[in-house]
Amino acid sequence: MMQIKMLVLMSKIRRILNHSFAILISLIMFVPIYLLVVNSLKDSVQSRAMGLELPTSIHLENYLAVIEQGKLGAAFLNSVLYATTATIIVVIFSTTAAFVLSRNRSPRNRFLYFFIVLGIAMPINYVALTKVMQATHLINTVAGIAMLYAATKIPFGVFLIYAFIESIPREIDEAAIIDGCDPFTLFFRVIFPLLTPAWVTTAILSFLDFWSEFILPLYFLQSSAKWPMTLAVYNFFGRYEASWNLVSADIVLTILPVIVVYLLGQRYILSGMTSGAVKG
Amino acid sequence: MKNKMYPFYFSFGAIALYSLFMVIPGLMGFYLSFTDWNRYSSEINFIGFKNFELIFSKQNYWHSISNSMIFTVVTIVLKTVIALLLALLLTKGLKRFVNFHRVVIYLPAIIPMIVIGIVFRSILHPTTGVLNESLRGIGLDFLAQRWLTNPHIALYSVIFVDTWKGVGFIMVILIAGLQVIPSEYYEAAQIDGANGWDELWKITLPLLMPTLTVTTVLNLLYGLRVFDIVWVLTNGGPGYATETVYTVVFKEFSKGRYGVSTALSTLLFVIMSLFGYWLIKAMHNKELDR
Repeated sequence: MMQIKMLVLMSKIRRILNHSFAILISLIMFVPIYLLVVNSLKDSVQSRAMGLELPTSIHLENYLAVIEQGKLGAAFLNSVLYATTATIIVVIFSTTAAFVLSRNRSPRNRFLYFFIVLGIAMPINYVALTKVMQATHLINTVAGIAMLYAATKIPFGVFLIYAFIESIPREIDEAAIIDGCDPFTLFFRVIFPLLTPAWVTTAILSFLDFWSEFILPLYFLQSSAKWPMTLAVYNFFGRYEASWNLVSADIVLTILPVIVVYLLGQRYILSGMTSGAVKG
Repeated sequence: MKNKMYPFYFSFGAIALYSLFMVIPGLMGFYLSFTDWNRYSSEINFIGFKNFELIFSKQNYWHSISNSMIFTVVTIVLKTVIALLLALLLTKGLKRFVNFHRVVIYLPAIIPMIVIGIVFRSILHPTTGVLNESLRGIGLDFLAQRWLTNPHIALYSVIFVDTWKGVGFIMVILIAGLQVIPSEYYEAAQIDGANGWDELWKITLPLLMPTLTVTTVLNLLYGLRVFDIVWVLTNGGPGYATETVYTVVFKEFSKGRYGVSTALSTLLFVIMSLFGYWLIKAMHNKELDR
């Protein structure tokens, strides 16, 4: 009797320890976001040390200040423009390519699939890329940067969607063909809707990455009017390094969209991250 | 029939963008790394292996390669070990709030690296930073360091921040790997009297090996091309202490020395394409096993 009681107590203690440890880790993961939010509400004196303490008075005007001084509006719109355009390109090109490469596995198509998927590992040769960008007159243009973003995620998109297409029975294609569908109707009216989970995952993951992209605009967008949020924030930080309240407010506005997309789409993100790596 | 219903031109968009922006520059890099291409002259002359000789003879280039290697190896070890502990905790140690913790621990992975860098510049500040303040607060003054300006520890501070950001991503993949291990194995082991330790070493780890291979390769590919976090936290400094391949590539590029810059990129391109080939083969084999 005594022994059973001991065992129950032990497992209880263990459970409490596990929970405390998990909470501690989650807190550590959350500290930076907490720091940003509380310091974005402080005045410039209190935020100097970017400390953990709560603001003594709430200063929402920091947000207005950064929107005006940081030209945040323009940078925000740029980021939205680049990230959405590139995401749409990735979704359309990856689904169409994955569809034909997966359904018609001729030796040529198998080779092309591996050729594209190799891009997941391939680093971009930024320096040589400037030559391509100049030759195609795409350097410093919106279209250029959007296509460039898209190109970096197409290999991942094709990989993810290719695997998903296998789960859609070929009988569906055959039925559609008998009903007189041409390839376009078959794909856009029948297959594309069935691919929704896969392309939504691809879209969310691509969008998050495009929103965070720093190195491509650093190389290929010289004019500050075309900068996305990441470059604008970095530049803002350089100019206002001492004013952590403004820097924090600027950053909170920058990461708000990704946090919203993440919280809304976390089911897709977590499933997408894993479907590629683990085949169950 | 197949060619009619699955027209080849459906794949043209993907192939065109990918080839134009990733493959062609990669291949052009091979040629350009053997030239004296630079900003100040419109002529590009073939100069043989001079750029590579320079890379292997000058200390700061060589240093950047070794830093990238150290960064890669240490982050692989740290992320894998910590992520595995957390994945085990969330799948086996907890019954409730699992999804909550998973969402929070993954959160840093979606925040732009540039933002993480800026926040940690303040957290790691020697006098006013939260880390040193907390250490002093609990009486561990001797542990308070100049995290980002001491050349001996700056690289490890960068590694620490990167691990903090990346561990959730690896954890999520490992959780999925753990969930596909059939529970019958554990039940059978328990009947045979195995303890938790035996289960970990004899069931969990061996069956998790394919997933661990994938996460290791992902970490490897990420580590070798690290740029943003170093750029924001230390900008390669103090001195050359935290310079990595891609920060040097960018610095040489800014100075207009395109030839050397391309040569370094090309070295990386070759190494990583080989690893990439290996990764795809590993994933493909797993598909066949199924």
